Amino acid sequence: MRQPTPELIRARPVPRPSLWLWAGIVLVLVAMLVHGLLTNPNYRWDVVAQHLLDPRIISGLGWTLLLTVGAMALGITLAVTTAIMRMGTNPILRGVAWAYIWFFRGTPVYTQLVFWGLLPVLYPRLSLGIPFGPEWLEFSTQDVINAGVAAVLGLGLNEGAYLSEIVRSGLNSVDKGQWEAATALGMRRGTTLRRIVIPQAMRVIVPPTGNETISMLKTTSLVLAVPFSLELTFVTNAIGNKNFLPVPLLIVAAIYYLVVTSILMVGQHHLEAYYGRGFDTDQTTGGGGRPPKGMSKRQQAILAAGTVHADPNLEVTP
Amino acid sequence: MTAMVQAKGVHKFFGDLHVLKGVDLTVGRGEVCVILGPSGSGKSTLIRCINELEQISAGRMFVDGELMGLREVGGRLHRLNDQEIARQRAKIGMVFQRFNLFPHMTALENVMEAPRQVRRVPRADAERVARDQLARVGLSDRADHYPAQLSGGQQQRVAIARALAMEPELMLFDEPTSALDPELVGEVLGVMQELAASGMTMIVVTHEVGFAREVADQVVFMDDGVVVERGTPGKVIDAPQQQRTRDFFAKVL
Ligand SMILES: Nc1ncnc2c1ncn2[C@@H]1O[C@H](COP(=O)(O)OP(=O)(O)O)[C@@H](O)[C@H]1O
Ligand SMILES: [Mg+2]
Repeated sequence: MRQPTPELIRARPVPRPSLWLWAGIVLVLVAMLVHGLLTNPNYRWDVVAQHLLDPRIISGLGWTLLLTVGAMALGITLAVTTAIMRMGTNPILRGVAWAYIWFFRGTPVYTQLVFWGLLPVLYPRLSLGIPFGPEWLEFSTQDVINAGVAAVLGLGLNEGAYLSEIVRSGLNSVDKGQWEAATALGMRRGTTLRRIVIPQAMRVIVPPTGNETISMLKTTSLVLAVPFSLELTFVTNAIGNKNFLPVPLLIVAAIYYLVVTSILMVGQHHLEAYYGRGFDTDQTTGGGGRPPKGMSKRQQAILAAGTVHADPNLEVTP
Repeated sequence: MTAMVQAKGVHKFFGDLHVLKGVDLTVGRGEVCVILGPSGSGKSTLIRCINELEQISAGRMFVDGELMGLREVGGRLHRLNDQEIARQRAKIGMVFQRFNLFPHMTALENVMEAPRQVRRVPRADAERVARDQLARVGLSDRADHYPAQLSGGQQQRVAIARALAMEPELMLFDEPTSALDPELVGEVLGVMQELAASGMTMIVVTHEVGFAREVADQVVFMDDGVVVERGTPGKVIDAPQQQRTRDFFAKVL
């Protein structure tokens, strides 16, 4: 037997004239801004177009990307290592990790970059060996730490100190019960971290790390302190100064930074979706109350009844 | 034949707090032991000492005749390393009050995880075992759901399947139904009752006196870190000898 379909409510929404008014005002302002940008002759869009595909600038973009990737890779490696060191029981490792963060967060990145650039002067030769004991390997600092390596080291070591705190708060955000459940199943510390804790911590770690990556993209312009002179900002500035047309070249650089940032944002979105799996019914990330895809009718009913808590890490009694 | 679990004079301190004050406990193979007692009496601590989630401060804990967490060499005690302790734990299943399922894995992945990572079972075999265990707790049709998409009772049944996938010789339950809405308690107790009937050795901390009466071989009443009274459900629940036990059941029954 079919039940009669109820008559669905079709009511007019409450009129909101102020909404339309504000939208109109904002649109006019945006149009004025765009018009001004495009028609102001000082921006010299012809020069912008002419330099957009300049091979020197494309190469500068390449170096900027390389520095960003290198520095973030080094930073993330250091951050995970030091965050785990700080969570452990070995007081010496904890102390070392703490001191690293203290120093590299506490001094300006510009100063650190100058220091890495001066390393070949401060220490002409580097050697591997036992302190006060025999030395096994010796080489000239200049050969190993060229300007590119110094730039990546400087940016990466600084970044690692910031990311370490992010990683640590991510690891701490994972419920203690997850450690207990994994431990009770016979998993060891490393396995538990790798399979259970870090994947969940990523939900907390990815958004600020994406932010840091976008920030790093632009921080790479500081490597002129090393000095390293091949990346995007340095190259565009140099061309602009030579032509006596700095503004259009600043615009060229800005366009590329915007393009790369947009691509990074898409990547971040996908990472967040990946690490959010299983959490999509969470009130804080779900939003809107729309039941997520792949959920059975019955489950929707269960959740809608409000008698079940969707959060698997819900605190019940301590 | 040795008992499955034997606690001899177990003490546990948290700093200055003396939580277990000389507990003796013997649970035979295939036996179901239900631990009852007021909140804060040390029930959770005791079963967490059995699988070494907590280290005992004094006494000895044996599981399957093996000294837990320690090795005695020439009259001196040595702590076992992480790997050895993990191996001892792997044959003891545990079910928690708050389920503690891995939220980023589906029900099936939750059940497969420990066999894959700890016992290095090939994927296909692990999946077959996991599907069998999910069927055993009546959740075959929920294998691909994430924990957040399951009701509390279903989550707890997945947690039981997850522990069973390691083929434990002993199952520990710490208030498995206390976080559940009343109408969901029955389905979890039902699964536990079937497990008991299949001959699994079980130690269950619970407030479900009905379950204790029906399923337990041995009921242990704890208060203030000691075992006050033990025996069959008929003796401890219905004809307690000690005043403390009588007071407790007068309140909960
Ligand atoms: N990790 C811990 N650190 C300090 N005190 C604890 C810890 N775990 C339990 N306790 C204390 O031990 C006592 C017994 O706790 P518990 O074993 O959880 O009791 P029960 O499970 O019977 O309610 C309580 O007073 C509790 O506060
Ligand atoms: Mg308890």
